[in-house]
Amino acid sequence: MNAHLQPTGSAYFLTKDTQEIERHTLSVLVDNEPGILARVVGLFSARGYNIESLTVSETEHGRRLSRITVVVIATPKVLVQIKLQLERLVPVHKVHDLTAEGASLERELALIKVAGSGDHRAETLRLADAFRAQIVDASVESFVFEVTGKPAKIDSFIALMQPLGLVEVVRTGLAAISRGPQGM
Amino acid sequence: MAERMTGAEMVIQALTDHGVEHIFGYPGGAALPIYDAMFQQDAVQHILVRHEQGATHMAEGYARSTGKPGVVLVTSGPGATNAVTGLTDALMDSIPMVCITAQVPTTLIGTDAFQECDTVGITRSCTKYNYLVKRIEDLPRIMHEAFLIATTGRPGPVVIDIPKDVQFAMGDYYKPDLDTLRHQSYRPQMDGDSAAIEAAVELMLKAERPIFYTGGGVINAGPEASEHLRELAELTGFPVTSTLMGLGAFPASNPQWMGMLGMHGTYEANLAMHDCDVMINIGARFDDRITGRIDAFSPHSRKIHVDIDPSSINKVVRVDVPIIGDCARVLSEMVRVWRSRTNQPRTEAIAPWWKQIEKWRAVDSLGYKNSDTVIKPQYAIERLYAASKRQAKDVYITTEVGQHQMWAAQHFHFDKPNHWMTSGGLGTMGYGLPAAVGVQVAHPDALVIDIAGEASVQMTMQEMSTAVQYRLPIKVFILNNERMGMVRQWQDLLHGSRYAHSYSESLPDFVKLAEAYGGKGIRCDSPAALDAAIEEMLDYDGPVLFDCIVEKDENCLPMIPSGKPHNEIILPDTANIGDIIDEKGRQLV
Ligand SMILES: Cc1ncc(C[n+]2csc(CCOP(=O)(O)OP(=O)(O)O)c2C)c(N)n1
Ligand SMILES: [Mg+2]
Repeated sequence: MNAHLQPTGSAYFLTKDTQEIERHTLSVLVDNEPGILARVVGLFSARGYNIESLTVSETEHGRRLSRITVVVIATPKVLVQIKLQLERLVPVHKVHDLTAEGASLERELALIKVAGSGDHRAETLRLADAFRAQIVDASVESFVFEVTGKPAKIDSFIALMQPLGLVEVVRTGLAAISRGPQGM
Repeated sequence: MAERMTGAEMVIQALTDHGVEHIFGYPGGAALPIYDAMFQQDAVQHILVRHEQGATHMAEGYARSTGKPGVVLVTSGPGATNAVTGLTDALMDSIPMVCITAQVPTTLIGTDAFQECDTVGITRSCTKYNYLVKRIEDLPRIMHEAFLIATTGRPGPVVIDIPKDVQFAMGDYYKPDLDTLRHQSYRPQMDGDSAAIEAAVELMLKAERPIFYTGGGVINAGPEASEHLRELAELTGFPVTSTLMGLGAFPASNPQWMGMLGMHGTYEANLAMHDCDVMINIGARFDDRITGRIDAFSPHSRKIHVDIDPSSINKVVRVDVPIIGDCARVLSEMVRVWRSRTNQPRTEAIAPWWKQIEKWRAVDSLGYKNSDTVIKPQYAIERLYAASKRQAKDVYITTEVGQHQMWAAQHFHFDKPNHWMTSGGLGTMGYGLPAAVGVQVAHPDALVIDIAGEASVQMTMQEMSTAVQYRLPIKVFILNNERMGMVRQWQDLLHGSRYAHSYSESLPDFVKLAEAYGGKGIRCDSPAALDAAIEEMLDYDGPVLFDCIVEKDENCLPMIPSGKPHNEIILPDTANIGDIIDEKGRQLV
């Protein structure tokens, strides 16, 4: 039988994934307790899943619930596994794949320090205005801008600041929520 | 109603409230308050082990043979790290276990204090859940929650790390009350979706080449699950095979039984898995030792998968009808739905299938060439089985890991669930002897035998001392081939018979060793003397090490090499297994 089959791949190898990888944003509702982040991150490293961005904060103080927003890159089959494995963790209440479930909003905040003088300063301010970046700190030779928006917008603002004296950037990572009246 | 007591007393009180009668443990500085509380009561009996790994495997054997959680108590630092192997083993095989680890006082946590280790960090990935109890107020809730989590859903080990100051602290103890639990997120799904169950039965009603592929989940779902499985098999007339972990759920004496499947499973079970048109997986997880090469795994079947763990579904093999739920409940529903449709088994429709299976059976894939001069390991197990059948006692078998384990699975036959304990998922050498101790603690009047290899058994040999101390008459039946036989077999198969470090050299004299421990030693090296020697072992009322000197270079067959499909199984008449695997296959494990 099976003579047509090529000899052996590993027994530990799942069938080679022919599926394309995708980027999905998951929203994970968890009990805010010590070690919860380690549990989630440990799951990703133990099972070899890739995290592109992860943010976490307590969102319902009364019930001590936190929302973790995690951006993962995986094939559709692995994405399902990630969701199910997360749901298996005892303190995890719900996992929503916002990308799969339709329209959602994604925002990120960045603080961006730019140093320079003369023409560069004027150009910097002009661009900042176009991106609705707010000046949160200023000195004679520097600005710190606060920008919010989709990650792509922040990426382009950073790229524009590069030649104008970009010093450093911090980003919060992605926060995401579904559109419409429904909650998680 | 709250009651004032110390944390240490709460631990004992909670154990009592959860019906715990035995606890396997080893003391140390940080655990002393709990030991002190234990000293002043006798509801919970403490079994003093010789190594914390032993305690965990004892708890596993205890749990697997009773359906109740196994409970372990160890001290901080090395006590906790020694328990890690058994925790991982229990996680892999879904064994309910509660392991209490002592911790340095909260004020010293993080200071690299004496015998401090990050127990919750270390055990996070080898437990179903774990806790560090920082406040006495949390202790009663955590104790109760731990038992709930360990025993429900897909069972597993739970660690509770209790700092010494919390053990001393006074607080209010509350009885178990599910409403006060913190983790309202934990809600295992017990009942299978009725539409999915209908769809499954629909497929089964049309099947021409069906097979039940059952696993450890049937055992974990309790004896009712095994009863429903038997009923469903009888109603349908379908053949049944099982994984290593599921042996005993379906009686080996039933004509519908096809033997174990997988890497060392029978020819008929594996070929039937390959050629079936409807596969009904009940509580198994498509482990790689079962599927072999995934892309050639049962290519023409529609697959039904019943599992309590949603993440098991479609993890490895894509299935057509997933049913998430407890095996006992789903099986009983399947029985009900089947009955509502017909009261006939599909005898006629599947008659050609059975005919095919009989042909495969006739290959006699478990056959071996016996000898009058050396004891063949398969023969030794057959004789052990025959002798144990004559006993009036209930018989429980544990194993170590290696060839002897597979031969035990092939040649010892089980008619009841919970009578077979082996380390399946993790494959832990050293499991069997302590597991036998745990089984014997739970079933003092039963015959408990560890079928062992001479290499494995040395990993936890010191628990003989525990057996002697508690008068636990376990029988350790060592198939001594002076080899790490399974390693040697793989070296034959994959590495040109270059036996790098796979000999058991400088072996102890097991007879003297048994005597040194205060047990009995028996050695046998002749097939003619074997039956009498086995009788002698069974007649002895105390722990025995039986050194059964067997053929050194016997291969464990049949075998599906890693990465091969089921129908490329190596049968016992294969002369030279070294020629079978190609270059690529050698890289596999
Ligand atoms: C703790 C541990 N270390 C290593 C292994 C790898 N291993 C699997 S079987 C085996 C040899 C077992 O030898 P023995 O107990 O004599 O059994 P036999 O195969 O000879 O029956 C080894 C080293 C293992 N399973 N567990
Ligand atoms: Mg050996």
